[in-house]
Amino acid sequence: MSALAPLGRLGRAVLVALAHVGRVTLFALSALGHMVRPPFYPREIGHALMNVGWLSLPVVGLTAIFTGGALALQIYAGGARFNAEAVVPQIVAIGMVRELGPVLVGLMIAARVTSSIAAEIATMKVTEQIDALVTLSTHPMKYLAAPRVLAALITVPLLVGVGDVIGIAGGYAVAVQNLGFNPAAYLKNTVDFLEPLDLISSLVKGAAFGLIAAVMGCYFGMNSGRGAQGVGRATKGSVEAAAVLILAANFILTGVFFSV
Amino acid sequence: MTLPPDPGPDTAPMIRLEGVRKSFGPKHVLRGVDLAIPRGSSMVIIGGSGTGKSVALKCILGLITPDAGRIEVDGQETGTARGAERDAFLARFGMLFQGGALFDSLPVWQNVAFRLLRGALKRPQAEAREIAIKKLRRVGLSPDVADLFPAELSGGMQKRVGLARAIAAEPEIIFFDEPTTGLDPIMAGVINELIREIVVEMGATAMTITHDMTSVRAIADDVAMLHDGVIQWTGPVAKMDESGDPYLDQFIHGRAEGPIEAVR
Repeated sequence: MSALAPLGRLGRAVLVALAHVGRVTLFALSALGHMVRPPFYPREIGHALMNVGWLSLPVVGLTAIFTGGALALQIYAGGARFNAEAVVPQIVAIGMVRELGPVLVGLMIAARVTSSIAAEIATMKVTEQIDALVTLSTHPMKYLAAPRVLAALITVPLLVGVGDVIGIAGGYAVAVQNLGFNPAAYLKNTVDFLEPLDLISSLVKGAAFGLIAAVMGCYFGMNSGRGAQGVGRATKGSVEAAAVLILAANFILTGVFFSV
Repeated sequence: MTLPPDPGPDTAPMIRLEGVRKSFGPKHVLRGVDLAIPRGSSMVIIGGSGTGKSVALKCILGLITPDAGRIEVDGQETGTARGAERDAFLARFGMLFQGGALFDSLPVWQNVAFRLLRGALKRPQAEAREIAIKKLRRVGLSPDVADLFPAELSGGMQKRVGLARAIAAEPEIIFFDEPTTGLDPIMAGVINELIREIVVEMGATAMTITHDMTSVRAIADDVAMLHDGVIQWTGPVAKMDESGDPYLDQFIHGRAEGPIEAVR
């Protein structure tokens, strides 16, 4: 009996985890379903586009420019060990567009957007604003979740695109200013080296990470416990879940796009 | 004993609960609640904290699904409606939440006119704003507050805005969840008076949950006491003082000694 106890605990933990996966999946499907069925709330969608997309630009830009710059320095230093300093433009481009652009933007969105969505919706839940929505004949999934998920699906790929460009620009600035690269040659190498699949993978990853970030924020917010502690737990849980799922999804998508 | 005359459809209760049960894990909150609220009357449910008053109210609205029992509103069983039918069902209700539950991202007038700005009852924005300002006036607030945000208002003002929102779409049934909690006695009196006036002038059926006995005497036509998951006593407010029910007596006189244990 006691020898089997750890096995029982493991089994229960797996079942709890699977139940969570099922609930999150159903929640995501419900949010997507509400997104395409009327009524629509244009004001809420506009507000979400502003908050998820436009207001995330500064943090995305700063993250990308520093990362691009650091990447150029590292590749130059690493490449120098085997006389391959010249590959800086190509590796910065491929590194930013395929991996670092989407992942860093995804993580920044998890930090900035997932947390704010979870905290806002959780606070609405504990102050009975979600119940109030229902009594006012307004579906919380449609009014709160659908606009945020839609906004993330639209804007996060765009933010990833912007992050890619700014990251490459960061690498370019460092390479041209500090490492003595020819500006025109750097740009030509970058453009020639990138393939359409690189860009497509970047944008698809952006959409997937946006979906994860928004759904996790909404899910944890709507399932928040009571009181300030409940809001705190929901916020923390949402960011943890979004960050881990973004990294896991990135691994899977990289495999799908680039494992030959 | 003679049978009472057939009440006919008009005097049938607006809200009827039969054997409603609800548990949260091992905690049995409602253990078979039977209650009828006549059309156009004001029913006040009293009971200690944690006795399931809010749960009963949320069961009627479908915010919580009961484990067993039957709930009827105007003769129709609730809980089965979906989509537009459920929207229409909810459109018959107005609710004042305990903490106001105002949407803090929206200015006061958009809170009040929430139902009039979207969905089936949608009106042009100017008209919705006009109605919101009229309702704000009705609850004693000047039009100046219309463009403020809920966080800029005092507790009493938030309650009034909540009340204005509850009555904005002229509902047939209004729920008040602890309408005077957290207010000073004078403001509580003002809110009680407003509730009574509004319920009478709209001819609405009202259900209030509270543990404020001043509120009970100001608002109620009928009183029901919820204790230990069942309706312990129900009757007209005038008969509350001579009910002879030890539970009700202890509650309305606020005695520490009695059949209800003070520590819950």
